[in-house]
Amino acid sequence: MENFTLDHVNEMYMDVLREIGNIGAGNAMTSLASMINEKVDMHVPKVELMEASKLGSAICPEDEIIVGIFLEVTHDISGSMMFLMRMDSAHYLVDRLMGTATGKDDPFNEMELSALKEIGNIIAASYLSALSSMTNMTIAPSVPYIAVDMAAAILSVPAIQFGQYGNNALLIETEFGDEQMINGYFILMPEENSYAKILSSLGITL
Amino acid sequence: MGEIIKVGMADLKIGRAPDTLTTLGLGSCIGLTLYDPAAKIGGLVHYMLPDSTKLKNNTNIAKFGDTGIRELLRLILEAGATKRKLVAKIAGGASMFEMSGLSSIGSVGERNAEAAKQLLKELQIPLIAEDTGLNYGRTVELNCENGDFLIKSVGRGSKVI
Repeated sequence: MENFTLDHVNEMYMDVLREIGNIGAGNAMTSLASMINEKVDMHVPKVELMEASKLGSAICPEDEIIVGIFLEVTHDISGSMMFLMRMDSAHYLVDRLMGTATGKDDPFNEMELSALKEIGNIIAASYLSALSSMTNMTIAPSVPYIAVDMAAAILSVPAIQFGQYGNNALLIETEFGDEQMINGYFILMPEENSYAKILSSLGITL
Repeated sequence: MGEIIKVGMADLKIGRAPDTLTTLGLGSCIGLTLYDPAAKIGGLVHYMLPDSTKLKNNTNIAKFGDTGIRELLRLILEAGATKRKLVAKIAGGASMFEMSGLSSIGSVGERNAEAAKQLLKELQIPLIAEDTGLNYGRTVELNCENGDFLIKSVGRGSKVI
C-alpha cells in the first residue's frame, strides 16, 4: 500500500478527518465546560488543509505570542498532537479556573502554566478518546509539554512534522464559550504509517 | 532607508545595502545568512529540515538545508557576490518542547544546525557566528549594509551576532 500523505486526500478522507475533528473537539469542549463550570456553546469546527510552510501565520501574525501544548501519542497509532490558543483565550481560561484576574499581556507564572498544561491535557485526552472510540484503537497521550512563544516558532513543530512526509498540514479550528468566545486550534500529527491505520479502522480502503 | 524583505518558512531571498532581510519566529527551523561585506550583498534562507535526500517529496528546495543553502549560494553569486569573501551566520534550531524522544522530530533543531555546519565546511564558507539550540523562538534580521545579524526573542531582549 502506498503511504498515505495529506498531499493526495480526496473529499471522502477530508470528510472523515473533519468528522474526527468535530467529535473530538466536541468532547474536548464538554470536558472544558465542566472544568470551568460554565455552559459553553460551540461552533462547528473548521477543518483546513493548507501548505505546511504556511502554518506559521495560520492562526495569527507570525510574531504574536501564543500558547502551545504538545503531547505525544502512542500505542495503536503513534504521532503527536497540539492544542493552541491565543493569549487572550489562555488568560481567560486560567482566570476562570483559578479565580485570578491576569492581564492580557502578563507572562504566566509557574502555577498558571501548570493550570494551562492541565487544560491542555484534558482537552487533548478527550479529543483522543473520541478518536479512540471511533476507531476502536488504544491511543494514549504522554504528559503535556507547554511553550509560550511566537506563533511561527511554536508552529514550526507541526510544520516540520508534516513537512517530513509531504507539503500539506491539517488544522482544526474550534470556537466555544459563553460570555466570551474562545478560539482553540487542534493539530493531529500521526506518523506516516498511522494515517493508513486510522482510515482503514474506519472502513476506508486506500 | 532600504527595503525590509520578508523571508517566509521554506523560503529564501537575496538583498543588497541598504535592504534588511528578515524572518519571523524561527523555531526548530534554521535561518542561515550569507554575506559579502565588500559587495554588501546578503542572502537569507529559512529551511525546515536538514536533508532532502532522506525524503521522496522534496520539490521545494528552500525547505531543506542541503538544497536551500546551495541555492542561496548560487543566487548570491549570480547577484554579484564573490565566493571567497562570503561569510555565514546561523540562528534557530531550537527544541520548542522538551520531548521524550518518541517523536521523529525531537532532535530536528539540532540536526538542522548540524547540517548547516557540515555543508558550510564542504563549501568552504566560514561560519562566523551562531545562536542556535535552547527552547525559544527567534526573529532575525540581516542588515545588508554591515552584515549585522539581529536576533530578537520573547522575554530575552535582542542581540546582534
